[in-house]
Amino acid sequence: MAQPQMRRPVEHFLDNKKFLHPKFAANYGNWKYHDRPRPGVLHHVSHSGDEVWTVRAGTQRQMDVHTIRLLCDIADKFAEGRVRFTIRSNIEYMLSEESKVAPLIAELEKSGFPVGGTGNSITMVAHTQGWLHCDIPGTDASGVVKSMMDGLYEEFKREEMPNRVHLSTSCCSINCGGQADIAVIIQHTKPPKINHDLVANVCERPTVVARCPVAAIRPALVNGKPSLEVDEKKCICCGACYPPCPPMQINDPEHSKLAIWVGGKNSNARGKPTFMKMVASGLPNNPPRWPEVNAIVKNILMTYKADARPWERLADWIDRIGWPRFFEKTGLTFTKYLIDDWRGSRASLNASNHIRF
Amino acid sequence: MAKQMHPTPMLDELEKGPWPSFVTGLKRLAKDKDYMVDVLGHLEHSYKTRKGYWKGGTVGVIGYGGGVIPRFTEIKDEKGAAVFKDAAEFHTIRIMPPPGMHYDTDTLRMFCDVWEKYGSGLIALHGQSGDIMMQGCTTENVQKAWDEINQQGFDMGGAGPAVRTAMSCVGAARCEQSCYDEAKAHQMVINTFLDDIHRPALPYKFKFKFSGCGNDCMNSIQRADMAVIGTWRDNMSTDDALGKKWFAKHGMNELINDVVSRCPSKALQIKDSKDVRKDSHISAVALNDSQSLEVDNKDCVRCMHCINVMTGALGVGKDKGASILIGGHSHLKIGATMGTVVVPFMSMKNDEDYEKLVEVAQSAIDFFAENALEHERTGEMIERIGLVNYLEGIGVDVDANMVTTPRMNPYVRTDGWDEEVAKINAKKAAA
Repeated sequence: MAQPQMRRPVEHFLDNKKFLHPKFAANYGNWKYHDRPRPGVLHHVSHSGDEVWTVRAGTQRQMDVHTIRLLCDIADKFAEGRVRFTIRSNIEYMLSEESKVAPLIAELEKSGFPVGGTGNSITMVAHTQGWLHCDIPGTDASGVVKSMMDGLYEEFKREEMPNRVHLSTSCCSINCGGQADIAVIIQHTKPPKINHDLVANVCERPTVVARCPVAAIRPALVNGKPSLEVDEKKCICCGACYPPCPPMQINDPEHSKLAIWVGGKNSNARGKPTFMKMVASGLPNNPPRWPEVNAIVKNILMTYKADARPWERLADWIDRIGWPRFFEKTGLTFTKYLIDDWRGSRASLNASNHIRF
Repeated sequence: MAKQMHPTPMLDELEKGPWPSFVTGLKRLAKDKDYMVDVLGHLEHSYKTRKGYWKGGTVGVIGYGGGVIPRFTEIKDEKGAAVFKDAAEFHTIRIMPPPGMHYDTDTLRMFCDVWEKYGSGLIALHGQSGDIMMQGCTTENVQKAWDEINQQGFDMGGAGPAVRTAMSCVGAARCEQSCYDEAKAHQMVINTFLDDIHRPALPYKFKFKFSGCGNDCMNSIQRADMAVIGTWRDNMSTDDALGKKWFAKHGMNELINDVVSRCPSKALQIKDSKDVRKDSHISAVALNDSQSLEVDNKDCVRCMHCINVMTGALGVGKDKGASILIGGHSHLKIGATMGTVVVPFMSMKNDEDYEKLVEVAQSAIDFFAENALEHERTGEMIERIGLVNYLEGIGVDVDANMVTTPRMNPYVRTDGWDEEVAKINAKKAAA
């Protein structure tokens, strides 16, 4: 029997020119300014006088083909068959005529897609795969995000926050969801449980030893089998050993908790970019709607909304009011676990008598 | 019609509420596919037991060493058979989207048709890696689905210890704040490293991200091993008509509180128009017939704040280019590191400029490949060896823009000081 013909891949990276909306192609690199006529709509004006209106809508990110086809039908009807997606999984329709803006918004909302996510709104959560697909997740992603966005739905559709708000969620400390104004991240609280029967066959032991940030893992002979052991006094429960060695199970239905981080900002606007800081931990991983986590996230957001000045991102707001007042106003508890002792940590201590009363 | 659904009381809760529900989408797919009936059962089991049940493995396509994320179920009965047998395999194929994530509907429908035929019908637009995530496929169908997608002109994204799929902002296509052609830079850099994307052979992952200005919409500074962030060298551009329009609408209080006092380097002052300085590094925009907002462009750090607030009245300059920051990465293992300045400014105007950018990328990859430890990102490597050794390795001269402050401790041998000064002066004289 003849061997089947194996097709070689065609390696190339795509040019985006043929996918651009005609107004984008015609005015590429020649835009003059923009404004936002209403939440969810951007209006860009080119040096040539051309104008384009962009309507942004939220999606569930993990989309079935029927949803994508529906979004395509809407694009064909209103937007010359072109769309683009933002980094936070919002879809954008570009319109050549202002008269199409209102009918498109009506059509999107009728079809279940909220229009918003622009300017000083709370936009869609950047998130990870979670239980649906990841091999090491401590929690789900799409479900946490769905429940969170249900609660923030009106804020997505309005532009009423002090400045834009980016949220993220991550199912382990690798933090694929990324830095954000507020991030929800799994925080394990117990060392890995090791299945010593499997380690020798599944794990490359020197790799696993090298992966530990605090050198808590060492080779050991357990029940006559080569395995690994963890110095539990040293272990920081980060879970870094779990991906290279699945028999070192770090996820635990009870002890894998959720932590909340605030004040990440990637933009250089005003202050330099900042990393987010942990402000709460020990929250239960409570599907299907994670009410404890969502209550705290919403509380931080509403406190920020009420107290921050225009254009202050969450980090800018805390910079002004100070950390003690952040904890006071949000009702969160500042504990010893929030004082950093990792490398470079002294830079996070208050080396001054700058104290607010 | 597919087989009967498993009960999913927990997932059903995620069909409530106004935000679009992925569960409703999964259920719609499950009407036609046994595969998705079992995926829903599998996910419900995770919700009930609060654990994940997918393990990795090895699945790929001919010619490539990565790009498929294999997933096999770990929910087995006592005999070792999959409990959700139609969802025993749930692999993802990562596909690189066009730069800026622009699409025509024919292309999106093509993806839908291929994935309805060979996969689960579930597509994530987009994953955090910047890929189109074709989620859920059996081992048998991965090659078939890939062949069709590849024949439609799309290529596989990166996974594992490889150059990864890059991301670029909407940029020049729509944004007046764009300081270079982000899509062109994205395309030229990625096309140089296709082999390093498709055949993982680096110490660990390496990510490129391209943002057109300091707003950094691609989050490059925190996530990319090499971040290319647009900026400009000359004066900010101004438009008096739009300045007056902005001021008429917003007034003096907002100008002071939201613009002038939020400038991080105090480069802004309100002046009577007749008193605006005439120096070449000063620009000004009219607020009304007698007052202006003056910008001292020598003090300005190109943070974008005032341009964001007074869009059009203030704008980026004409002598545009990019800064290159190297070493961003997330928590594991040493703690998150921010990208730091390695090239303060590169002009990005003609083809030679873009080729120079590719050369910088090439040196960054080469040095990483040779010098990083296994599973060490560039930021971690720089922390280990020091920035000066890194710069010498990639052939870049030191620059005071690379630091927040000079050294704060005396623990360094400086017996080469005079030679260094002489070398730097000789270079300056030759330039």
